[in-house]
Amino acid sequence: MSATTAATAHFTLKPSTDGGEGQLLEVSMGPQHPSTHGVFRMDVALDGERVVKLKPVFGYLHRNHEKIAETETYLGSMPYTDRLDYLCSITNNWAYALAVEKLAGIQVPERAEYLRVITGELTRLQNHTSVIGFLLQDMGASGTPLMYAFREREKVLDLFESLTGSRMMCNYMRFGGCRADMPAGWLQQAQKVVEAFPRFLDEFERLLSGNEILMARTQGVGVLSKELAVDAGITGPMLRGSGVNYDIRKVDKYGIYERFSFKVPLGEHGDVYDRYMVRLLEMRESVKILQQAIRDIPPGPIMDAKTKIRGFRPKAGEAYGRTESPKGELGFYLISDGSPNPYRYRVRPPSLINLTVLEDMCLGQNVADIVVILGSIDFILGEVDR
Amino acid sequence: MNLETIKSEIEANVPGCRLEIVPNNSPSGQHSLLIDHEHALFVASFLRDAAHLRFDYCSNVTGIDWPGKEITEKVKIKKILDGVEQEVEEIQKTQSAGHLEAVYHLYSMEKKHGPVILRMRTEDRAVRIHLPSLTPIWRSAEFQEREIFDLYGIVFDGHPDLRRILMWDGFEDHPMRRDYVEPDDYEYEPTPHDAVLQKAKQHLNETGGR
Repeated sequence: MSATTAATAHFTLKPSTDGGEGQLLEVSMGPQHPSTHGVFRMDVALDGERVVKLKPVFGYLHRNHEKIAETETYLGSMPYTDRLDYLCSITNNWAYALAVEKLAGIQVPERAEYLRVITGELTRLQNHTSVIGFLLQDMGASGTPLMYAFREREKVLDLFESLTGSRMMCNYMRFGGCRADMPAGWLQQAQKVVEAFPRFLDEFERLLSGNEILMARTQGVGVLSKELAVDAGITGPMLRGSGVNYDIRKVDKYGIYERFSFKVPLGEHGDVYDRYMVRLLEMRESVKILQQAIRDIPPGPIMDAKTKIRGFRPKAGEAYGRTESPKGELGFYLISDGSPNPYRYRVRPPSLINLTVLEDMCLGQNVADIVVILGSIDFILGEVDR
Repeated sequence: MNLETIKSEIEANVPGCRLEIVPNNSPSGQHSLLIDHEHALFVASFLRDAAHLRFDYCSNVTGIDWPGKEITEKVKIKKILDGVEQEVEEIQKTQSAGHLEAVYHLYSMEKKHGPVILRMRTEDRAVRIHLPSLTPIWRSAEFQEREIFDLYGIVFDGHPDLRRILMWDGFEDHPMRRDYVEPDDYEYEPTPHDAVLQKAKQHLNETGGR
């Protein structure tokens, strides 16, 4: 069988909805399409090049993370949270640790809070760089931007490796603190990476932001209105790209975020270009936070001495803790019945909920724009399907 | 914002609604509000639209399964023993029906406050498993209610597109229920051990060695 007949097997033709002579073409995009960043499928109906229907299909990576967590101890789920959004394991750890700390009323020592901010913001840097790299890759800029992004990401991953022992599956946080203190010279190394980062951002912006093709492919594409974004519970850079000022680091001031001065970049049009710009500007703010945190980090313990993480049994009750992860609001909802395992363990996945508006953004656009819009949402299938 | 005040405000604005505060004893202190099915949409739209509340953002929607419990009671019963009426203590065992629950965490993006937590309960776990969908009020509940329908089996009336989301369409059970039993998906294993050995033995017993 030739390649063309194999491909056409996925297509079906239906009469056009507007009663014209054209026919609707139904295309199954994915689950093995490179632009879906994993296994994810969209049932798309096309009128010529125009999208008239798009239904996302999930579940290819579903492993029922929540059910497994109900059979594990509280500590036992910590390494598993790494696998949710596998680009940002540290912020996943943080969200889970925060929820357990709320559930059991645990205080976190000062130094551990600083370590959390430093590793968390480094995670944001490497997430946003790779997302922009992937977005450009999806647009057809094969190679260069993604390789530039990955070159910077490697430096951050090296830092994670020497701190936690793992580059991506860090399993770094514990309820009441962090697992390991910095090895000798780590802070200086981190400072070097942070100080060099704005130069890379300048380079990246010179390369991309004014690029004619990038602007043509992204401006006015995939527009998401303010009202719809709020109604559909969109969070993170996608929400702020639509101009809604809502950053949980500012709203909840969890951890020690109120000590740092940083701004919340906002978009104006809510299109793909604004989402791209918001991420670039957010990285500059993260660099500011990192500079302050590296300057101010005090000595001291990194674990709350009173918390027993093994044999941990919180009182019966429930808690919802949420953080601003690089993708949006990552929350954990826990119910304890007083036993060593959670009675209910729920992940509020920003990646899944941000996909709610995928159809709304794609309707009326060309089929090639789907790829760009999808790339600008920034979702990870490990978190969507859980 | 105090939950008591919100409760009395809802009661004043949504006539006839039945609300109950569900206390939470953990240090988080996040108490929640149990609402009834008939007035759920009115309560939700009041919370979203009232100018000083403006809970425009429904962050998290969760299902919970509370299976029925065996309730043992000591009951005094009058019985005729040896021709004389006597009072005898007997132990009665009854099975409560249990229920499924949906929990909504609401925040306000405009006023930057929250959370207010709403709960709704089904009457049992088998037949009367319908709840009103809050997707018409908050679109963010769309996928999350679908997920609860898929994994817990709560039917949300008024949901625009209630289908399975994570499991495939032909799947029958609801895997997040506490009493879910995994299907016997035995596969031949040449050197079974531990849990796999147990599974192999059980399977071979049930199917007569095949």
